[in-house]
Amino acid sequence: MNWVNAIIQGLLLGGLYALFACGLSLMFGVMKVINLAHGDLAVVAAYVALGLVAVTHTNTVSAVLHVPIGVSYALVVPIFALIGYVVQRTLLQASLNRGVLTTLLVTFGLSVVIENGLQQFLSANSHSLSIGSLVSDSFSVGSQITIAYLDLAILVVAVIVLLGLQYFLSSSKNGRLIRAVADDREAAQLAGVDYRHVFGIAAAIAFGTVALAGLAYGMYTQFTPTTGTDQLLLLFAFEAVVIGGLGSLWGTLAGGILLGVAQQIGAQIGSQDQFLVGQLLFLLVLVVRPQGITSRREAA
Amino acid sequence: MSANAANGPLLEVRDLTVHHGQLRALSGVSLSLPAGVVHALIGANGAGKSTLLRTIAGLHRPTAGSVLLDGTDVTGMRAERRVAAGIALVPEGRRLFPSLTVEENLLVGRASARPGPWTVDRVYELFAWMPDRRSQRAAQLSGGEQQAVAIGRALVANPRVLLLDELSLGLAPVVVRRIYDLLPQLLDAGVTVLVVEQDVSQALACASRIHCLLEGRTTLEGPPGELTAAQIESAYFGLGNGGTGTPNGSRYPAAVPASAAEPTSSPMPGTAAPGWPDDARSPGEARSPGEARSPGEARSPGEARSPGEAR
Repeated sequence: MNWVNAIIQGLLLGGLYALFACGLSLMFGVMKVINLAHGDLAVVAAYVALGLVAVTHTNTVSAVLHVPIGVSYALVVPIFALIGYVVQRTLLQASLNRGVLTTLLVTFGLSVVIENGLQQFLSANSHSLSIGSLVSDSFSVGSQITIAYLDLAILVVAVIVLLGLQYFLSSSKNGRLIRAVADDREAAQLAGVDYRHVFGIAAAIAFGTVALAGLAYGMYTQFTPTTGTDQLLLLFAFEAVVIGGLGSLWGTLAGGILLGVAQQIGAQIGSQDQFLVGQLLFLLVLVVRPQGITSRREAA
Repeated sequence: MSANAANGPLLEVRDLTVHHGQLRALSGVSLSLPAGVVHALIGANGAGKSTLLRTIAGLHRPTAGSVLLDGTDVTGMRAERRVAAGIALVPEGRRLFPSLTVEENLLVGRASARPGPWTVDRVYELFAWMPDRRSQRAAQLSGGEQQAVAIGRALVANPRVLLLDELSLGLAPVVVRRIYDLLPQLLDAGVTVLVVEQDVSQALACASRIHCLLEGRTTLEGPPGELTAAQIESAYFGLGNGGTGTPNGSRYPAAVPASAAEPTSSPMPGTAAPGWPDDARSPGEARSPGEARSPGEARSPGEARSPGEAR
């Protein structure tokens, strides 16, 4: 029964990893940008959520306008989408024009700047996003399996986001343009597509999902300015993307969930083995199926 | 729309010089394309034909010179904006979006479409087989079918000038003929066509004007009826610099001293014999074994050759 519980808890944890990995997968799949600041951006989103709550719940604002705390949190997503578009059109586009290594260095620099900026201005104290009693509420299945509502909600959000994104990419006009640009940027230009704008849209979506991931993490546990790298969030997101197959959203969901399950099974073996088993799964996939579990071989 | 619309050229290229890094791919090429004609660009591999087309389409920035569409300077315009202005390129190698379906490929072509007669449905009328396979991925099509979709993707933007780069590349002759049979229909629909063609006889048959490039420079220009086979031959291969096809069949241009043509320095001694007229008629061969390309490199390493064209 403990093993069943481990797998179920792994599925739930996998939802969080998939949510983290989604934006990374999209930015790599479309722009070929490996965003090393991804984990830090999630942390920034959590801080922005804290700030929004603080602002909208000061006496003067709340006297005029009652903003529920959930709305304050949700506002982070469109704000981040906007930031994503602007960052892509300026910083990332400028670095893309100068080559792949430049984007890697720029996002690495961004990561350093974010972490140190947060420490400088917001101190190294840990915070979490308050969600009342939901943080510990749970229900039981049988006698030994306990499922936290928050964990389940995060998994549901992750599945909805990835399904929705898949639907958007396959059915909408902008989704079609994103896929076209990802296939062949120059040919898309020749077809009259402004690929810079399309990149901006893709980055907006990616930043929106990273904001969701940051919110989920901030509710799930505590965060500090360096959580993005300390807690290996970036690493787990990368592993989820690679296990699932680069550029495939279905793969990212499957990769995140597999990684979560592997880690929980590891934790069941011994508390120090949680990450070890996750890494072993990652290495195994790299050796046996380097294109990822869902990618077809011909897919680039 | 424009003051020049009545009698000026629709597309004009003035003194275009293009570099690929240190390499000079085009040197002062000028071209003038009246509306409603098929204009063919011929020349050996590395002559700069694709570079010229790509520069007109906005994929390369020229070092000097300008590109004008209907009298408006578009030299500084991005490729996607030029599509909206009326220039569409069907690139060499077709370059469909492999993971998109046939229909999605065509729809992407509508991104900056001008108003006009060409729609996805009209393309389906032009290629009767296409509607049945609209939901197939482009990667699953044969070469000829892909070429048709690539042309359709350019047409749905309703271009005023359609640039066709190496249509026949890798296609069976019967498929090539079918594609060339479309050109009159495109002209009737008001599209002006600039085609790059390796096959000189094909170019002579379809075009009302020929433009020959060699080593990034214009060597010959005029209507096919006024050009002799010898003129075309010498312009294509750079022989004699004026039509004196040398009897010994040297493949070196006149610019190179005759001593360079001595057998020991010839990269392909076995083929440096007569038969140029034949090759000129079926340059399918002209593109094969090291033709015109290796002698070119032997000739002047600093002279330009577009990396894109060097196969």
